Amino acid sequence: MKLELRGITKIFGSLVANDHIDLVVEEGEIHALLGENGAGKSTLMNVLYGFYDPDDGEILVDDVPRTFTGPGDAMAAGIGMVHQHFMLVPVFTVAENVALGHEPVKGGGILDLKVARARVREISERFGFDIDPDALIEDLPVGAQQRVEIIKALSRDAQVLILDEPTAVLTPQETDELIEIMRELRAAGTSIVFITHKLREVRAVADRITVIRRGKVVGTASPQSSEKELASAMVGRSVSLGVEKAPAKPSDVRLQVRDLAVTNAAGAKALDSVSFDVAGGEILAIAGVQGNGQTELAEAILGMQPRATGSVRLGGTELVGRSIRQVLDAGVGFVPEDRSKDGIIASFSIEENLILDLHDRAPFAKGPMIDRRVVAENAERQIEQFDVRARSAQDLGSQLSGGNQQKLVLAREMSRPLELFIASQPTRGLDVGSIEFVHKRIVAERDAGTAVIIVSTELDEVLDLADRIAVMYRGQIIGVVPAGTSRDVLGLMMAGLPLAAAQTEAAKHPTHPADAGRPAGTPEVLS
Amino acid sequence: MTDRQPGTSTAPGTTKGSEPRDPSGTAEPNRGRTLLRDIAESTGAVVTLAVLAALALAAVLIAAANPEVQRTASYVFARPSDFLTAVWEAVWSAYSSLFRGAVFDPQASTTERMFRPLTETLTASVPLIFAGLGLGIGFRSGLFNIGAQGQVVLGAVVSAYVGFAFQLPALLHVTLAVLGGLMAGALWAGIAGALKARFGANEVIVTIMLNSIAVLLMSYLLSTTAFKRPGSNNPISPMLDESAMFVPLLGDSFRLHAGWLLALAAAVGTWWLMERSTWGFKFRAVGANADAARTAGTSVRAVYVWVMLVAGGLAGLGGVSQVLGTEGVLQEGVAGSIGFDAITVALLGRSRPLGTVLAATLFGALRAGSPLMQTVSGTPIDIVLVVQAVIVLLIAAPPLVRSMFRLPAPGSGSRLAKEVAA
Repeated sequence: MKLELRGITKIFGSLVANDHIDLVVEEGEIHALLGENGAGKSTLMNVLYGFYDPDDGEILVDDVPRTFTGPGDAMAAGIGMVHQHFMLVPVFTVAENVALGHEPVKGGGILDLKVARARVREISERFGFDIDPDALIEDLPVGAQQRVEIIKALSRDAQVLILDEPTAVLTPQETDELIEIMRELRAAGTSIVFITHKLREVRAVADRITVIRRGKVVGTASPQSSEKELASAMVGRSVSLGVEKAPAKPSDVRLQVRDLAVTNAAGAKALDSVSFDVAGGEILAIAGVQGNGQTELAEAILGMQPRATGSVRLGGTELVGRSIRQVLDAGVGFVPEDRSKDGIIASFSIEENLILDLHDRAPFAKGPMIDRRVVAENAERQIEQFDVRARSAQDLGSQLSGGNQQKLVLAREMSRPLELFIASQPTRGLDVGSIEFVHKRIVAERDAGTAVIIVSTELDEVLDLADRIAVMYRGQIIGVVPAGTSRDVLGLMMAGLPLAAAQTEAAKHPTHPADAGRPAGTPEVLS
Repeated sequence: MTDRQPGTSTAPGTTKGSEPRDPSGTAEPNRGRTLLRDIAESTGAVVTLAVLAALALAAVLIAAANPEVQRTASYVFARPSDFLTAVWEAVWSAYSSLFRGAVFDPQASTTERMFRPLTETLTASVPLIFAGLGLGIGFRSGLFNIGAQGQVVLGAVVSAYVGFAFQLPALLHVTLAVLGGLMAGALWAGIAGALKARFGANEVIVTIMLNSIAVLLMSYLLSTTAFKRPGSNNPISPMLDESAMFVPLLGDSFRLHAGWLLALAAAVGTWWLMERSTWGFKFRAVGANADAARTAGTSVRAVYVWVMLVAGGLAGLGGVSQVLGTEGVLQEGVAGSIGFDAITVALLGRSRPLGTVLAATLFGALRAGSPLMQTVSGTPIDIVLVVQAVIVLLIAAPPLVRSMFRLPAPGSGSRLAKEVAA
């Protein structure tokens, strides 16, 4: 099936989200849609999937113009979508989830799950998905859940599959598996629209690349283009990939974590006897797949986990058992992983967001009163220093893009003298330009002598920033390795193998194309 | 409530807890809180239109309940003009008498009496202003305090007791009575705040229960010798000492009292607290995003307690103003439905001090004008309750009002940014 978008335009108020976008997806082609956050990729796909009505332009399926008034129409036309956040019912089985929405029934309106089960088994076998139709969704790992989403789309005879940032939630190994699946689907004649901002994956799997910037198609690229070329096309100026940083000059040990443990409400150990040191002037990156205790680790250090046991000593001061306020006052800066939930207040102005932590201290407070002049001056200074793009300091937090929200959080947390700086997922969801800025700031903080902990699930980020890497798995630190460790070894450790085993295993299966180490200047091998 | 659920398991891939959150959009907060914020942030246009729509709907009901309209409706197709005249007469007579009872009565015998309705409106607005201000602070701090009624009752009980049980010099007496009522309301609400902070008890349920307890507590007290008027079998307290009463503002022929000025001062104070002080900053931060406030080092639990103390103190002053301003005595029914009407007032006033004063004045007018409306036009006084209820209904569903009047959706700027992102 051939899918064509012609001159799609979507306008929200004064903002042109999609400006005459043309896109042709041929049968059996993997077409990557590359663009920064806010470039208009998702809007375009939502138009295609029938969520939005385009203001102009048309959608052609096999050269026949079609209009979709809702996802149902799009599905009927053979378009399937796998959302970034899975649309699955956790307590239902795979078969039930696949059946949901067009349930097969036998006489008397009774649900016929046998048909659904058979369908799941058939698709699963055809593409080697290895999915049990009777497994509960909540028991499946993320990668398998994603395959269920794909089965769901295929069971409705999707011939064009839209994958919206599918690798954001996967381990490197799971990403490899997904790429393998995409290739098989392509071989079977399914077209795939692959939305992403990860350059490496695009180059590994795409047949064609369309780059979108500010709602417009700025060009197509071949998968042979270098990452730097793709990044420049995406951002509209030349960018430096990777982080330029001098070797670390670690001073004395600043932070000592000993036997830190957190037991969650269910009685399980979310964080299990974790010990490590961080020196001043050093970046320790905590790598690991989302949900392996990194969140609890950061929160326990910050005093947000009342059930934390063990010891966290910052320059001789014990932090466990202290309030968040006291921990912050001890010189800890914190960038939470979910900035819209924990980092900023959407309905507060930039000014107010910048003083969330210090609003009752001098110079911002004079007695019980907030000195609005000082607050305004502070905002002006920080906006300038941290390059927050906004019309004015009165703009609300919700009016900022993700990148600017993150700069705002950084500005606030770095405006105090720090002993320790913790950033969780500091660049999640940010565009290339903002990532560059955030990384530079973090390195600058390190060079100023602060002990820095970066929690990240992105291997690229870990490798770019770290002076040492601690890998977490099921609440434990499975190993601490030096900065130069290969992606393969790290990926295997993230899946639970100890360092020695990971090294042996990695040696057995040398560099996978999609998961290759990225030595500077060496072109990647493409299959 | 304040404890965050830690990630439920260490296994990578359960959807619970380990799900990465949308980095670009605003995370979905507690739904009840979203509703609270939507209501608090609803625009002035929506509020005004909601009031007009409520009055229009009430007009339909007034006409429908009118016997003359019902009679002419039976031959509406034969002589539609009769029917329309009857409808017009019914609605006009109801609303004009409401106006005469609430604002200005040109048919009164003396100039003084002509202006009397307005002063009645202002008098009726006083307890609503106090309680509405308190509730508004709670709403903006993310606390759905339904307990104003109980706080009003407790404020009334304690200020009345101070008022009749002691003989003190005038200024001192009234000051003590006011402070007593304020503290009683604050402590009563503080129970709910402390339970929420310490044990995560839902403030909606706790405050509703405290309402019942407060009302029954007053009934009990009125049966004890400490409160009951000597020689009376009715549950009524002795008359308050003159020295404890608020002074009338316009002489003895009007009921408007100094409590009105105190209410306006409280509105200014509330504005200062919420918009200019460090405490108000904390309150608003917790209300808008408790997680972010906590992460920035604010003790959310302490804020819950303080908000309830302040809110309860203001509601307590509502009870004080009833007793010291108009009633002069403690009896069952002294609090009327002030605590519940104040919820509507706070919502209608968008939880802002100025809005609350205006909304309380509107409700005071409905309250002051409805008796005359009933006598003159025969419209049941309950129609006022319908107006109030419909206002709440419409404010709670801003999209309904917007679609009724074809208003554009607010904040489309931020919403579209969210849609375009990712």
